[in-house]
Amino acid sequence: MKRRIPLVICFGIGILMLAQFMIPHPISREFGSTVNKWYIVLAAFALVLAIGNLIRHHSTKIRRKKTDWPYSIVTLSGMVAMSIIGFAGGIDPDSLYQTIYLNVLAPLGSTMFALLAYYMASAAYRSFRARSLEATLLLAAAFIVMIGFMPFGQYISPRLPAFAEWIMKVPNMASQRGIMFGVAFGSIATALKIILGIERSWLGGKK
Amino acid sequence: MALLLLIFSIAPPTQVQAIDKPNDAGSAILIEWELSKDDETIEKYVILRSTLPDTISEKIGSIIRGNNSFEDDNTDNEKQYIYTVAAVKDDATSYSMPSDIVQSSPQFFNTGRTNILVCILVFTMFLALFVQRARIGKKLFVRKIPGLDAVEEAVGRATEMGKPILYIPGLGDIDWTATIASMNILGEVAKKIARYDTPIIVANRWSVVYTVSKEVVREAFIEEGRPDRFKEDYVRYLTEAQFGFAAAVNGIMLREQPATNFFIGRFWAESLIMAETGAQTGAIQIAGSDSVLQLPFFVAACDYTLIGEELYAASAYLSREPLLMGSLKAQDYGKLIVFVILILFMLLSFFNINLLYLLEVQ
Repeated sequence: MKRRIPLVICFGIGILMLAQFMIPHPISREFGSTVNKWYIVLAAFALVLAIGNLIRHHSTKIRRKKTDWPYSIVTLSGMVAMSIIGFAGGIDPDSLYQTIYLNVLAPLGSTMFALLAYYMASAAYRSFRARSLEATLLLAAAFIVMIGFMPFGQYISPRLPAFAEWIMKVPNMASQRGIMFGVAFGSIATALKIILGIERSWLGGKK
Repeated sequence: MALLLLIFSIAPPTQVQAIDKPNDAGSAILIEWELSKDDETIEKYVILRSTLPDTISEKIGSIIRGNNSFEDDNTDNEKQYIYTVAAVKDDATSYSMPSDIVQSSPQFFNTGRTNILVCILVFTMFLALFVQRARIGKKLFVRKIPGLDAVEEAVGRATEMGKPILYIPGLGDIDWTATIASMNILGEVAKKIARYDTPIIVANRWSVVYTVSKEVVREAFIEEGRPDRFKEDYVRYLTEAQFGFAAAVNGIMLREQPATNFFIGRFWAESLIMAETGAQTGAIQIAGSDSVLQLPFFVAACDYTLIGEELYAASAYLSREPLLMGSLKAQDYGKLIVFVILILFMLLSFFNINLLYLLEVQ
């Protein structure tokens, strides 16, 4: 029974949402909108559990003085402070909450994003060492595309930019589309397997 | 005087047709007309509507010259309407003949999505066929996927080293199919972990994904008969902030030094930040994503990468369950049909026969 009820709910809602996609009638749209609202309510409940997990994990870390435990104090303090500021002062565009968000959290996120350039250089160095035929091909293709798209490229050969563009538009695009076809069928298969109850890994297994 | 009027008058639009907008939820009417013969010299077309039985027309909108259609998306499904289109130039206005009476109504089936329905039905047929064949014990060949063969080795390595396994189910919420596929793989990985009694860290970005992954891991431990070995701290919620999440995952990698990292699901720009940090810690890394733009980063930074459809095949491949293996065959036949359609459409295009409209989705 513990397994059957989720399977029945999954089948019923799965078929209804599939039908909802095909039916443009207002009743169908209303149903879709209601289900989405339910999802938001469920997500709110899940957020309570998630925050509980966060608090439990970091308080245990602080209590047991695990590696780098002072960072956990920063995490918990930040969460509590932002909650108090948000509840007390609101989240309007001129509020303190938004000011902190835009001047502390957003720049921190941008800083992480900026680090991507260094990670790219490091990953490129490892990938472009021509240790195998595939790596050599990767190196050659990347070299041609990079040089071809630089203004400098056309001075080496006037045909180089066009060749670089051909690599991007033909072999690269063809392989991307091949992957996308596979992904599309994989998505449909996964959805159908779950709706029809063939795939039960999310319930712990086949029984 | 009559000659002057003829010189300064403009030709009206003709053949005004008003129809209920197809495949919608009602409340919309499409108006089409033949352009005025003076289209190049006029300013715009004004659309007028009268609601029966009232015959007074009201202006509901206008559109610049050169356009011959307008959508009135503010109609009442209970009422009947008549439309007139006027060509306007300076002070001169020339009215068309009124359209026929029209009424908007909601539809019960979107015919613009018939192709999707056919596709799903054909695919379901293949799925049922191959699942049935698997059920009666027919052997189905599935090619080797090195990334999935390495899962056992990766879990074993972590067990030998006494280090945890880090599993990232992507940064997509639960409504991404890749996240759902990741949950299926997590179930299989968690069973192996429960068998070997290796610690696991599942780091989540979304609260709903956190609750689902927690249940998946817990159920896997129960399935393996070791519910007492499951720890609440195995599944963690970090943050919804994209790069905050990446920073937190990097922190886990550097502090807890997992022996194996799994990056399975939907990823965006943070993929390389996490995968490269993992590579620098010396962990075995297995990635899988349907995000075409992130795959090259994973290929560069990870030991094994599940590319596109392999992500969706992983659960069947790992569990070796015949019913799930049957679904892989259905996927292959689906691709074969697409391949045949592509070749056919290409050949037809040589004879100027364009059937691409059959693939359009509304």
